[in-house]
Amino acid sequence: MSPEPTKTPTHSGSDAGGPGTTGHEWDGIQELNNPLPRWWLWIFYACIAFALVWMVLYPAWPTPGGNTKGTLGYSSRADVEQQMKDLEVARAAPLKGLEQMALADIPKNPAIMAAAVEGGRSAFKVHCIQCHGTGAAGGKGYPNLNDDDWIWGGSMEEIHATLVNGIRYHGNDNTRQSMMPAFGRDGLLTPAQIADVVEHVRAISRQEHNQAMAARGAQTFAEQCSSCHGLAGEGNKTFGAPRLSDGIWLYGGDRASLTATITNARAGVMPAWNERLSEATIRKLTAYVHSLGGGE
Amino acid sequence: MTSFLQAGAYLLFGILSLFMIATATSAGFAIHGVIILIACILAVVTTVGRLQPSPNGGWIVPDTANGGYHDGVIKAGVIATVFWGVVGLLVGVVIAAQLTFPTLGWGIEYLSFGRLRPVHTSAVIFAFGGNALLATSFWVVQRTCRAQLWAPGLAWFVFWGYQLFIVLAASGYVLGITQSKEYAEPEWYVDLWLTIVWVAYLAVYVGTIVKRREPHIYVANWFYLAFIITIAMLHVVNNLAVPVGFGPKSYGVWAGVQDALTQWWYGHNAVGFFLTAGFLGMMYYFVPKQAGKPVYSYRLSIVHFWSLIFLYIWAGPHHLHYTALPDWAQFLGMTFSIMLWMPSWGGMINGLMTLEGAWDKIRTDPIIRMQVAALAFYGMSTFEGPMMSIRSVNGLSHYTDWTIGHVHSGALGWVGMISFSSMYFLAPRVFGVARLYSLRMINWHFWMAMGGITLYTASMWVAGIMQGLMWREFNAEGYLVYSFAEVTAAMHPYYLIRLAGGVIYLGGALMMVWNIWMTAKGRVRDEAPLDAGTPHNPHTDRPLVPVGAAQPAE
Repeated sequence: MSPEPTKTPTHSGSDAGGPGTTGHEWDGIQELNNPLPRWWLWIFYACIAFALVWMVLYPAWPTPGGNTKGTLGYSSRADVEQQMKDLEVARAAPLKGLEQMALADIPKNPAIMAAAVEGGRSAFKVHCIQCHGTGAAGGKGYPNLNDDDWIWGGSMEEIHATLVNGIRYHGNDNTRQSMMPAFGRDGLLTPAQIADVVEHVRAISRQEHNQAMAARGAQTFAEQCSSCHGLAGEGNKTFGAPRLSDGIWLYGGDRASLTATITNARAGVMPAWNERLSEATIRKLTAYVHSLGGGE
Repeated sequence: MTSFLQAGAYLLFGILSLFMIATATSAGFAIHGVIILIACILAVVTTVGRLQPSPNGGWIVPDTANGGYHDGVIKAGVIATVFWGVVGLLVGVVIAAQLTFPTLGWGIEYLSFGRLRPVHTSAVIFAFGGNALLATSFWVVQRTCRAQLWAPGLAWFVFWGYQLFIVLAASGYVLGITQSKEYAEPEWYVDLWLTIVWVAYLAVYVGTIVKRREPHIYVANWFYLAFIITIAMLHVVNNLAVPVGFGPKSYGVWAGVQDALTQWWYGHNAVGFFLTAGFLGMMYYFVPKQAGKPVYSYRLSIVHFWSLIFLYIWAGPHHLHYTALPDWAQFLGMTFSIMLWMPSWGGMINGLMTLEGAWDKIRTDPIIRMQVAALAFYGMSTFEGPMMSIRSVNGLSHYTDWTIGHVHSGALGWVGMISFSSMYFLAPRVFGVARLYSLRMINWHFWMAMGGITLYTASMWVAGIMQGLMWREFNAEGYLVYSFAEVTAAMHPYYLIRLAGGVIYLGGALMMVWNIWMTAKGRVRDEAPLDAGTPHNPHTDRPLVPVGAAQPAE
């Protein structure tokens, strides 16, 4: 390195009476000799002072075998534990007795019911909305829980049983179990017969239909379907056989959906929530679902 | 002689790439082998091809700079900066659209958000920002040292080696090769390659400073040097990993919370030394040059430089508030982040106050206008950063789109604007033409960028604070009110606004492409000068209610 000072330092500032430059120049760039702005310096000092105070108040520095604890004795773990404990206490008080009382008695106790519904709403938004939707309105294959059309029953006991054991859920012996035959795939009905039954189902659900086909389909329906769905298609909660006469559809009431349902059958699954949730949470969910509008 | 040694080294890498292709058990590793092989062949051909017979016998590399500054590599850097800038912004727009309309990946894994997101971040930070830093640092170090680049051939190696790193990184992400560390996604072999390139960069830079003809080292060079050295250290420590055989997978040597802390020590200082210190180096040269004014305060530049680089390196733990990281580390990171506020602002003050006596140029010089906007956004985001590092603020802002808004006010506002203005400064000079194609188009670029940033950051601030508040909203009974899906649905309109902001910002960048393209061709747009202004018209310049005039009847 051989620095050669080639320029005469000019100690005059850009303006007469200005701060002057440092006397260096690089590619035409000079630097003024202005002092540090006072406001800048004082805010910098204030930030350092704040930081030092904080380092005294809170844990901030590692030490051999540990760290400084801070004069306030703060610990985020202790803090969160305390918050959780406070929350549990606050939540538990209005729910006292929820787990001991008979399920049917819960709606009769407005204070407990109200608290349970709120807890259930919160748990529903974590565990249930993935299938049933944020507003519990369901979707294709996932029942709407806001109406009074219950596949397996809408009483507190029935909802509770569904939640605890699930539907067609492997690994739970008490799970809701039923199986609709795949009438088309297994050759129980010919495609023409299925088309007739579709027209009949559309007739009893008061949709546009072919009367001749529906009349033939009524005969087949009585032979093949009524044992579960009822002669008038009124459904049967014991078998989880949906009511077909109310215009509420789990998989759709159009011809294509009905044909697919009868041909291949449907067998939706819901988990048994006793594997993951406490009895208290399941009871809150029961109360919430029951409260949605159609509780029996 | 060294040229033949270089060619031999490239041949060795070529043989290694053949080995990669032959032993590859995944398509991605084989494709990377092919890319490296092509790069090696091109390197050998150019290394040998540029040689000319020496009059004294043997072979020499001709001095393309003819004894002047080496601007060829800077010209290439300007082109690469503009090119990668558009690529990075375009991918950003694509992933912003995917967040708004999640089915836009069509189920194709190469187009999934998870793979494109690092393409966007790496393209804008390392490809666009990195090339801007390479080009400007080579320009600045030569001019402020009054010296040619030390080892100009090595500078070319740095440039092309860096482009190879970018191509390997980006193609790796799309092909699913990643070590899943934010801003450090490339796998071990790409990391090793970048290390070689970076050490060469450091050598060229320090070599040029050592042979300088100026007695003092200009402040811009301190910042560039801090950037180069610290990035080398961060890159090596954070990427320490053990490969699984000779393949694209590796495991980092750090585990658990040590890994998280190392990652955010790296991640935060990538912001601090890549996106702050490096671009402050750029600012310290191009702002006084464009304004034609001396730097405001030498003393401030010293104090804020040393306090900035001393304090920044401690601040990383603020990315891990309320996690498994011990409390003491969180508080330490937070307090150092707060102390960092004024050192960061020192650069803004020095930049803005340099315009003292030249403020009128904001009206007439769109490059100055961009630089002022850049410094303003720098000031905003370096205030917002310390504020967000406060644990209770972070409790609201962390994991929300507020962070995304914060990052983009810095990235689009500070890094983007200061880089664009520097490219506009460099373009006519490196292409050897008298002036830029159009100043009015810079003005358009400026306003489109401002509009885009405003839509982007404002929507993300609002969305992020809403998101944070919704996540932690408890009802009177002590239960969370909103599900995650409900919060996501509430974000949709803001994501649309953000997408619009990104499209507008990209539109401004495309105007820059056109402008610099035409500048390179030596064309000058036929347009009215920007400083013509509007002549004063006393008839239109009247008070709202003329004095003494009768009030109109109601």
